[in-house]
Amino acid sequence: MPAVQAAEVRKRFGPVRALDGVSLSVEEGEFFGLLGPNGAGKTTLISALGGLVGADSGTLSVMGHDVTRDYRAARRAVGIVPQEIVFDPFFTVRETLEIQSGYFGLRRNGEWIDELLQRLALTSKANANMRALSGGMKRRVMVAQALVHRPPVIVLDEPTAGVDVELRQTLWQFIRSLNAAGHTIVLTTHYLEEAQQLCSRIAMMKDGRIVALGSTAGLLAEFSERVLRVKLESGTLPPVLAARARPDPAGGFRIPIADVAHVEEALRELRTAGAAVASLEVGEPELEEVFVKIMRREEKVL
Amino acid sequence: MTGFPTLLYKEVLRFWKVSFQTVAAPVLSAILYLIVFAHALASHVQAFPGVSYVQFLVPGLAMMAMLQNSFANSSSSLIQSKITGNIIFILLPPMGPAEIFAAYLIASMIRGLIVGVGVFAATVWLVPVPFLHPLWALAFAVVGTAILGVLGIVAGIWAEKFDQLAAFQNFLVMPLTFLAGVFYSMHTLPPFWQSVSKLNPFFYAIDGFRFGFFGQSDVDPWASLGFATATLAALSWTTLRLIRRGYKLRH
Repeated sequence: MPAVQAAEVRKRFGPVRALDGVSLSVEEGEFFGLLGPNGAGKTTLISALGGLVGADSGTLSVMGHDVTRDYRAARRAVGIVPQEIVFDPFFTVRETLEIQSGYFGLRRNGEWIDELLQRLALTSKANANMRALSGGMKRRVMVAQALVHRPPVIVLDEPTAGVDVELRQTLWQFIRSLNAAGHTIVLTTHYLEEAQQLCSRIAMMKDGRIVALGSTAGLLAEFSERVLRVKLESGTLPPVLAARARPDPAGGFRIPIADVAHVEEALRELRTAGAAVASLEVGEPELEEVFVKIMRREEKVL
Repeated sequence: MTGFPTLLYKEVLRFWKVSFQTVAAPVLSAILYLIVFAHALASHVQAFPGVSYVQFLVPGLAMMAMLQNSFANSSSSLIQSKITGNIIFILLPPMGPAEIFAAYLIASMIRGLIVGVGVFAATVWLVPVPFLHPLWALAFAVVGTAILGVLGIVAGIWAEKFDQLAAFQNFLVMPLTFLAGVFYSMHTLPPFWQSVSKLNPFFYAIDGFRFGFFGQSDVDPWASLGFATATLAALSWTTLRLIRRGYKLRH
């Protein structure tokens, strides 16, 4: 049973097709990335998952529970951290978490709340009013709020926007350990480096559609490559390399290589051709490149 | 019924944490009304035989404060949650429409009733009033605050800006409460305005509530209770349907 399943989900807001036939499934225990430019429909999809938005057509389920017909079970199975920082200024951090537990019918949840506070480095702020917290702290409280009912599926909508580097590390450590403990994670982020490090599988969205879906490694292999970036002080590229090389936007050439062992080979050829190398570096495949290529390809289609 | 007790608790805690503003302030303004109107009008009006004008005023003012505060509670809580965005913390958990409705409604009624008790506690020293039929008074207090609690839910869901909520409050709720016979007996009005008043559900709440104290009223209390309860039922049914449809809450 997939943790999240979407089948032909459509949603219009007036003339805008926010979701234009989205189908995907996320397996239990996956760390899944949902990427795309602003307005691609990521947040609408997440909102539909949590029942904040009702799809016009198609079906959507969490742990096998349909989000409209069986909404109570579906919402119990998912914890969503929304993108915008929101909080209730009337309450303290602990009150906020106790109240959120109560909404899920959990009366004695103190132990788990204590653990959440500790894991998210909020223990010292437990009795502070929500208003008194910094933006990053408020966001971590929102993460804790989404987790009070220990949901098997955790959805984070750009959780690290505006969170400083150290806290970001704390957050990822925690989310990774939850994933290791069997929780399914769905993440949207603009930091593609984060997505590349964390996600085992990725879907890219544009204009309400899924435009790429696959394992992170697979997408990297298909759309990005390891390249040798070479700048020459004098001489020219030998024909063997010149055939494969492309100009590098940063100056010099980009020569695709299958793996690092080929670096030596390329160097030998350069030396034989009498070219003097000014600088040389190996560029690893990057999700950013995959992203840019896929988004460009989609523009051509349109 | 998973989240209902907690949402109710949260809604009560919300106003209780600022009770100076939500309870003490309305009690004070009721006392001010009482003092000013009593001084200005005491000598030349007697609404019911054997009941002084100042006595007549007390239940009406208490009920007015109860109605206004019941409305204020659900409406302000909802609009604040909508505008700040924290309404999602209520929409994401597995709570049904009836649970959400009931929690906001009952919290509003509790605030209204506390304010009502506060008004009596503060005025009993100035103006003792008889209390002939406590059950009637209680019944109308419950139904009256419930009607306004539901209206507050509708207004809070409908309004997108504080401005719109203020319009609802100032152009609908305020006139209806002021013209519901708080300051006068309906029988003193010309026949035309008497019939207009009889369309105002708030009038029945106030008139019936007053019966609980003096055993006298403009309209038979059973008829008032029937009309007020029917209003409450119709409003509740409509509001529950709005919430079920996700009107302005789930898009």
